[in-house]
Amino acid sequence: MSLEHILSIGAGILLDGLAYGMVLFIVSVGLSVTMGLMGFANLAHGAFAMAGGYVTVSMMSALGVPFELALVCAFVLVGAASVPFERLLYARLYRAGELDQVLLTIGLVFMTIAAFTYAYGPAPQAIRVPRYLSGSVDFGFRTFAAYRLFMVLVGALMMGALWYGFERTSLGARIRAAVDNRRMAQSIGIDVDRLFTLTFALGSGLAALGGGLAVNLTGLTPTFAIQYLVFFLIVVAVGGAGSIKGTVLAALVLGVTDNAGKYLFPAGGAFFIYAATIALLLAKPAGLYGKE
Amino acid sequence: MSGTAALETRGLHKNFGALQVARGIDFRLERGARCALIGPNGAGKTSFVNLLTGALRPSAGSVLLHGEEVTRLSQSERARRGIARTFQINQLFRGLTVLDNVCLAVGERTGACNNLWRAAGARRETADEAVALLEALRLQEDALRPVSELAYGRQRLVEIAIALGQRPKVLLLDEPAAGVPSAESHIILDVIESLPQDIAVLIIEHDMDVVFRFARSITVLVAGAVLMQGTPQEVAADERVRTLYLGEQAHG
Amino acid sequence: MARSERASGAAAAEFLLKRHTLRPAEALPWLIGIGAYFAFPDYMALGTQILIGVMFALSLDLVLGYAGIVTLGHAAFFGTGAYAAALLAARLGWSEPLSGLAFAGVCAALAGFVSGWVLLRYRGLTLLMLTLATAIMLYELGNARADITGGYDGVTGITIKPLFGRFDYDLYGHTYYLYALAVLFVLFVVARRIVYSPFGQALVGIRENLRRMEAIGSPVHRRLVAIYTIAAAMAGVAGGLYAQSNAFVTLSALGFERSASVLVMLILGGTGRLYGAFLGAAIYMLLEDSLAKLSPEFWEFGVGLVLVLTVLFARGGLLGLLERAARRARGLWR
Repeated sequence: MSLEHILSIGAGILLDGLAYGMVLFIVSVGLSVTMGLMGFANLAHGAFAMAGGYVTVSMMSALGVPFELALVCAFVLVGAASVPFERLLYARLYRAGELDQVLLTIGLVFMTIAAFTYAYGPAPQAIRVPRYLSGSVDFGFRTFAAYRLFMVLVGALMMGALWYGFERTSLGARIRAAVDNRRMAQSIGIDVDRLFTLTFALGSGLAALGGGLAVNLTGLTPTFAIQYLVFFLIVVAVGGAGSIKGTVLAALVLGVTDNAGKYLFPAGGAFFIYAATIALLLAKPAGLYGKE
Repeated sequence: MSGTAALETRGLHKNFGALQVARGIDFRLERGARCALIGPNGAGKTSFVNLLTGALRPSAGSVLLHGEEVTRLSQSERARRGIARTFQINQLFRGLTVLDNVCLAVGERTGACNNLWRAAGARRETADEAVALLEALRLQEDALRPVSELAYGRQRLVEIAIALGQRPKVLLLDEPAAGVPSAESHIILDVIESLPQDIAVLIIEHDMDVVFRFARSITVLVAGAVLMQGTPQEVAADERVRTLYLGEQAHG
Repeated sequence: MARSERASGAAAAEFLLKRHTLRPAEALPWLIGIGAYFAFPDYMALGTQILIGVMFALSLDLVLGYAGIVTLGHAAFFGTGAYAAALLAARLGWSEPLSGLAFAGVCAALAGFVSGWVLLRYRGLTLLMLTLATAIMLYELGNARADITGGYDGVTGITIKPLFGRFDYDLYGHTYYLYALAVLFVLFVVARRIVYSPFGQALVGIRENLRRMEAIGSPVHRRLVAIYTIAAAMAGVAGGLYAQSNAFVTLSALGFERSASVLVMLILGGTGRLYGAFLGAAIYMLLEDSLAKLSPEFWEFGVGLVLVLTVLFARGGLLGLLERAARRARGLWR
């Protein structure tokens, strides 16, 4: 194997891994912030991502909406739809233990999976991405799939937008304050409940956006909600709940490592991810950037 | 002031990043002492108790229990060596009966809780001792009621009963009468006054009447450091204490 | 002290001392179990699986209901026991059933002890994630070593010698049913003793207020590891019986679906009551057997809905509802 060959394969794994990592990041960031803000273990977060995928696909196939617009619709519709869930169900369990939260949200996941299986059937959904995204781009030393590059680009833009939103806007400042110390934030007049509903809606919307992007990468079946839930949870737990930086790092590392593991060890390469997760959590139980 | 102290700290430091909650605290609690720990809010009194019990690990310095170094030991290991505490906010087993609450303390102390085969009911000793303790605190009528049903003042008594169930040699009481309506607080104070003489008691308090009624020595803690330690008369007369702490009360 | 005051103290002690005595109602599950043998001879295979489900849920109740350890990976021990028994019979040719079960229990106990020692220093969401990741890691390990586990196809060709050399296994599962019932009885007796012992009370204390338990000198970590190991052993025995009665095992014995469904069974029945495991497992598996075949989607939706409703309105599960009803009935009677 020549050096060139190895570099070429390495670059492929890296790009695929980064693309996957970007999807993980976009979906998980909402979960990380809501968990950091309210300490609520929301196992139904994957269901919002899945819903986003189905909304995207449906808008395109049933209404002929172009891909980019369908993604935005998924963001808006699922984000808005998540609000009644938060107000009517989740809000009742903020003081409850994590068992109750886990049980409630697992129950919601089961219901969601069943509903989507009934509506769409168990087969994977077909999606036709626009022409400019479906080919490869030639970089000279090798070609890369256009869609993967697109994902990395969208992810980077999202990172920038979120960074700006968190560091430079007053909303972001309020969220950061409330994540850091909820009681203190309340005492200086921040309406934490309303803040949480807004954050929850944004996070669910982002999850939906990520889900829509993921369809062409991972495929979409009604079991998506549970299948990838573990990865979203790992990203949040390892990165540290409430930390965007942590989510970015954990998502990208997880994406690349998982991809590399599966490529190099097709049978059971996934083992390494879980072993690494366990090792990391044992060393830093609150995650890389979590609150101690 | 001779012989081994019941509880002692040497150069105890604790900081959370830039925040210093304990600065080089040297403290002695003699056997059978009746000592009060006072100081303004945020002085680090509860943190100090946490450092004594092992709930907090110090950044530097050492804690000695009966002359034995216990700084490396966990909270439960220290408790087994004779330190008991009550919490400022009740930490009870709310769903359990009053009797069960105290039985847990007694059972853990005697090692009964290591037994996973014989029914708890097969051994009388734990239950009898717990009932005797409740009777001493006049709680026996509520013995079978869930703790959550009791009035706050009586819950506070259960909190003390649990600590006493450990038969401690050192007892740390964190604001025992806090939050208790004044009609009920005298019961708690009576209980504290009638504690066995061989137990060393440290009580964190804000109410100066309680402090002067109960304490034979007072330690004043300000911003994580000991300002002074002495008899109630010495402390009351000290200028720095007057201005810093009692002065606030004098000026209303 | 007034005589009435002393009397109430003594009365309280007496109540405490009698708490563990058997109540007549406790014979009910066993009467039903034996009755089912005679009343439903064609359903013994299902019956055996239900008994196995009860065993599994019972082991989870010790960990979750009594000690308050929230785990999403309990199937790891069920699966370990299942594969231990399966491989012992199929690959090593040792087909004596009872020692196979014991072997399964020991293997699972070992897994429980090692993982518990490491993981039970953590709490809350971190512990949840660790238990989930450990179970999935074991699953992936099983996937990777398909040479041992048979991978997707699983371990087949398990033959079990007749019980005690005499009771052979008929096609209808009668022997297995009674075998499972006997094993469940033994496991239940052990669980009941633990729960009513001072150790069991300490577990409840740890669940109710960890801080307090540490402050009174309880060696919390040791206690949690002890119950985790015992529960793992029980789950392993259930898994072993699963392997023996089905004569084959696949990776599903280790999977997340199994961890999730046993959790649902226990919550449905009611945690921290031992008998919740009986009620929840029996009802869940009976319903699953009849409904899941008709429409898997409706079944899954129903399970999710029941879970949501239980968490919101009936936190004590079915037993909790029954207790509430009984209390109200007793109130009306007076």
